[in-house]
Amino acid sequence: MELLVASAIGILTAGGLYLTLRLRTFPVILGISLLTYAVNVFLFTSGRLAIGAAPILRDGVSTYTDPLPQALVLTAIVISFGMSAVVVMIALGAFLGADDDHVDDLPDAETDSDQKGDEA
Amino acid sequence: MTHWIVAPVILPALGAPFIVLAARYHVGIQRVLSVAGVLALIAIALGLALHTSDGTVILYRMGDWAAPFGIVLVADRLSTLMVLLTSVLSLFVLLFAIGSGWDSRGRHFHALFQFQLMGLMGAFLTGDLFNLFVFFEVLLIASYGLMIHAGGNTRLKAGTQYVLFNLIASTLFLFALGSIYAETGTLNMADLANRAALVDPQETVGIRVAAVLLLLVFAIKAAVVPLHFWLPSSYAEAPAPVAALFAIMTKVGAYAIIRVYTLVFPPNMEATAGLYDLWLLPAALISVAIGMIGVLAAKRLDRLVAYSIIGSMGIVMVSIALFTPSGIAAALYYIVHSTLAGAALFLICDLVLVGRGSLDLKPRPPAAGNAATAALFFVGATAMVGLPPLSGFLGKLLVLDASFNSDLVVWIWAVILGSGLVSIVGFARAGSILFWKAHATKAEDDGVLLSPPATLSYVAVGGLIALMAGQTVFAGQIHGFATSMADQLFAPQPYISTVVETPGKLSAPAKGDH
Repeated sequence: MELLVASAIGILTAGGLYLTLRLRTFPVILGISLLTYAVNVFLFTSGRLAIGAAPILRDGVSTYTDPLPQALVLTAIVISFGMSAVVVMIALGAFLGADDDHVDDLPDAETDSDQKGDEA
Repeated sequence: MTHWIVAPVILPALGAPFIVLAARYHVGIQRVLSVAGVLALIAIALGLALHTSDGTVILYRMGDWAAPFGIVLVADRLSTLMVLLTSVLSLFVLLFAIGSGWDSRGRHFHALFQFQLMGLMGAFLTGDLFNLFVFFEVLLIASYGLMIHAGGNTRLKAGTQYVLFNLIASTLFLFALGSIYAETGTLNMADLANRAALVDPQETVGIRVAAVLLLLVFAIKAAVVPLHFWLPSSYAEAPAPVAALFAIMTKVGAYAIIRVYTLVFPPNMEATAGLYDLWLLPAALISVAIGMIGVLAAKRLDRLVAYSIIGSMGIVMVSIALFTPSGIAAALYYIVHSTLAGAALFLICDLVLVGRGSLDLKPRPPAAGNAATAALFFVGATAMVGLPPLSGFLGKLLVLDASFNSDLVVWIWAVILGSGLVSIVGFARAGSILFWKAHATKAEDDGVLLSPPATLSYVAVGGLIALMAGQTVFAGQIHGFATSMADQLFAPQPYISTVVETPGKLSAPAKGDH
């Protein structure tokens, strides 16, 4: 099971990183979504993997799983969900306004020519 | 007294929804509420700063749960200084936003502003790493709204870049938190400090990865090269008051580095040896150089100021990366200066834009309000490049003095002094093109004559500059205070024991009451 979860995190992260480097808003947003899925699973495993164990203390149970990572994941899911919604709205606004969905600054833009020079 | 710690978080958190719900269509009421909220914040911050100035650490347990289980807010000298700095800065930024009318170009400026303050205050006061993440997200989501305030295509595009970059940083933050929790089983900073010291020197791989990931996250926030790419276009495209408020956002990264890396991963810890002198210091030096070269290369005034922010953050990071008490003290002095100077310059950008109609560094006929704006720009630029007599000069002097015992002292002196010269040339060129060459340029079309900026705008910028002057005059006292702050940071035991040993719910099984 460790191998399965670890490779799932790895594949999600790799896919997310690849898409994030695509420089068009749609793939980049998809990539960031994949990255957040990966980090959610990663956070979940940070409390060790245990199958069928109770997270809350009760009578007659001897094996427990760590409840804190589950709470952390819940927070992370809510935040990443909200953030994704925000970025979709802003990116959509930028795309509809400028009719261009490139994430990076294009070299022909007047204002950005100076920036390219010293960041290269 | 303890309940006052949570007030800087609660007050804006209540103020913002109230502004949205009750005063949605009345910008006048919004302004009154917003300014009143910020004034109250300053009063609370002053009280907290006075209370902690003798070295007490105030602890606030959410719901009275004891430290490693519940979330704690902790106020010591460093936190209260940052809270005070933020609230004072926000007052002047708010006055400028009102004076220049920026706040009425969209409906929710004041609500978002209050939410931004809530996130900032929380980030400075929290004693829990996951809670720090949550407050980072609060301040970021408010900053996304503020960043694209008043709309426009270039602004939306810069906003997209800004949001995407920060989303990646947040993901990285979560990876760091996950690895820290997997290694130590806690996210409370004080508890973490105890446990990180116990990690077996043979098995430090996990904790080392976590420390580096966390440093990367904070370095993104602090815009340290090579993680600075988000800063120039987002700060330059953001509305001027927002950009001025963002001057404190890079300092959140610097604050987090100081806090976490003095408390949890102290410089004498074996697992993170070499992280500061081998990696952070050279990166910070390159930031100084890139920032100031950017100042020289910029073709627009707003980009120029954005690059000068990168440069001055570089100086802060150089001073932090020394990781000596004198280095941290110099960094704290410089953080205050750089926040005020950066904010003032962004506001001056807007004064120029209002009077002149363009921020391009090309000669144009004299603009409305030229003389006053030019005078303010001169003072602001003098402060930013670190010429005497203003606080930038003293700050740089402190940093240079603190670096005297470092191995890289030659590099530090060469880079800081050399880039100082470069930035002087950059700012002098910008100023002479904007203000002096204007008199030799004939107006091409006598069309619309722009009206000069509002008086309140000048008052706000003047206030920031007066604060810088105050920081110069009282440099001795402020540096003494910064030194005591650094001493407190390098002797974290009282902080740790206050957090871990104060009893609360679930605290000690030895009590025998359950």
